[in-house]
Amino acid sequence: MELDEIVARHIGREGPLLPILHDVQAAAGFVSEEAIRDIAQALNLSRAEVSGVVSFYHDFRRTPDPRPAIRLCRAEACQARGSEALAAHAERVAGERVRVGTVYCLGLCTVGPNAMVGDELHARLDEGAVSALIGAM
Amino acid sequence: MTLVRIPDDALAVACGADRVARRFEELGATVERVSSWGMHWLEPLVEIDGIGFGPVGVADVEGVLAGGSDLSVGRIEDHPFIASQTRLTFARAGKTRPLSLQDYAATGGWKGLERARAMTAEAITAEVTASGLRGRGGAGFPAGIKWETVRTANGVRKYIVCNADEGDSGTFADRMLMEGDPFVLIEGMAIAGLAVGAAKGFVYIRSEYPHAVRKMEAAVRLAAPLVAPFEIEVRVGAGAYVCGEETSLLNSLEGKRGEVRAKPPLPAHEGLFGCPTVINNVLTLAAIPYILAEGAQAYADYGMGRSRGTMPVQLAGNIRFGGLYETAFGATLGELIGIGGGSASGRPVKAVQVGGPLGAYFPPSLFDTPFDYEAFTARDGLIGHGGVVVFDDSVDMAAQARFAFEFCAAESCGKCTPCRIGAVRGRETIERVIAGDPDGLALVADLCETMKFGSLCALGAFTPYPVMSAITHFPADFVVEERV
Ligand SMILES: Cc1cc2nc3c(=O)[nH]c(=O)nc-3n(C[C@H](O)[C@H](O)[C@H](O)COP(=O)(O)O)c2cc1C
Ligand code: FES
Repeated sequence: MELDEIVARHIGREGPLLPILHDVQAAAGFVSEEAIRDIAQALNLSRAEVSGVVSFYHDFRRTPDPRPAIRLCRAEACQARGSEALAAHAERVAGERVRVGTVYCLGLCTVGPNAMVGDELHARLDEGAVSALIGAM
Repeated sequence: MTLVRIPDDALAVACGADRVARRFEELGATVERVSSWGMHWLEPLVEIDGIGFGPVGVADVEGVLAGGSDLSVGRIEDHPFIASQTRLTFARAGKTRPLSLQDYAATGGWKGLERARAMTAEAITAEVTASGLRGRGGAGFPAGIKWETVRTANGVRKYIVCNADEGDSGTFADRMLMEGDPFVLIEGMAIAGLAVGAAKGFVYIRSEYPHAVRKMEAAVRLAAPLVAPFEIEVRVGAGAYVCGEETSLLNSLEGKRGEVRAKPPLPAHEGLFGCPTVINNVLTLAAIPYILAEGAQAYADYGMGRSRGTMPVQLAGNIRFGGLYETAFGATLGELIGIGGGSASGRPVKAVQVGGPLGAYFPPSLFDTPFDYEAFTARDGLIGHGGVVVFDDSVDMAAQARFAFEFCAAESCGKCTPCRIGAVRGRETIERVIAGDPDGLALVADLCETMKFGSLCALGAFTPYPVMSAITHFPADFVVEERV
């Protein structure tokens, strides 16, 4: 989707910046300097303001990373079910090819360790399941 | 034809419920997707004529349909995990199709809103105050008093904001509510709107909950004509734990960095876009329809002391029977862990963290603590959002203390120094202790005092709870000789 379309879709809402950034991130995989400039102009904000918002939130990236990504939950309830050992295993299997990220809690705290790939959730993971997930990416 | 009921919430789906549902359909069954009962160890939990089977995998489907499956758990409603609960907020869990307006109305939906429409705004807030309902997001502030403040505040525009950021590890009740019974939250928000004179509401949902976002968006569309002229909009967070803090959340909704605001002014006076704003947790708002429909006293009859009503407790982590356990305040921590069947690993339970990443770690000697705001405070702990995370004896409490600082450092909004710098120093110091520096612990204690009293919000101010409770209750884990 083009940036103007994204902006047009949200500009009438109260507090449109986050919805715009979400759509830009989803469409491009990151929020570029040009996007920041154009959004700032459209919303009548300074580039520094928009830039500050982008950098504040973990969900927004400022540089592209074309690799497929998996996010493992590393919060307490998953730690209690073995997420730390599993994370080390995931890093080994992923190597440079797949990005292994961290998420703190997916709300599945009874069936961990858990992971998220895109919007898809995976529960009750063990080493075999993680290897298979990463292998298929 | 056999009617098979299978949950469609994020947890059931993550455990394979969609594949199981497809298999049932392939074999000629009619599948109805419903909410989850909250018995997570049995997910995907399949229901046929009231009888439960779980956890069902694709390969088990044929056996379940043939009637000879050993996965049967008997009548779900009679299962001790369900039968021993008091489900007021989660009354529909497992029983209705989440997006069916018909199911919702048939199970008492909209009765609270109907009654509220016939009342004055003042009478509604009085009813909520009389129920004793306290905020379920963590701080336990009386909901009725907050509403009354917003009702009497001057403002042309006012807002209802539902805090669905649910960032605490070990908690999932907001998620289950939004994915399983979204209309009850919408009804609660509409009642809040009537009570304070707000025409618009926002639900701010964390981005880690894509299923809940989709469900709520669909539910809001379906229910729009029923709650009009009140309007609701769903907004998605962007991966910042601190945005669960109410003023940070408001900044985020406004499109700003999610930095914490200094209080006063309270959001009730100057909240979203500077307007008087009710900000409540999902569970707080979802408790409202029951209170309006059945009356304040019916709700207040449950509970202990100043903790009235029920709490949807979330039994999580290394626990055998994990899930959602709604019960009147007053059950002890030990009783709750007993209901959860002890650790999933079968090893002894060593510690339990209650109240999320900012909550204290309790050892078994404190398991007689009743679930009650004041009782937990008296023991230097907190109930928070009701998450109970169980750890077995393989846990290293020094590592947990280190993690508490690390989490605070990663999630600090950066606005105040005690939190931003303190967390980083704290992690370094715990690492020195782990490496064998005996003087480190006194430094950690000092640092915790500074964070506790100098931080702008509870992120920095409460990180000392997990840290100091780990040090106080599990001293052996901080002695290097014993660790090797
Ligand atoms: C760091 C931090 C994170 C918080 N996260 C949440 C949250 O995810 N959900 C929530 O309802 N309240 C959260 N709170 C509490 C809110 O600030 C606020 O007390 C709550 O939204 C008020 O609603 P209630 O009275 O219904 O609980 C958090 C507080 C802090 C300090
Ligand atoms: S702690 Fe991992 S899902 Fe909640």
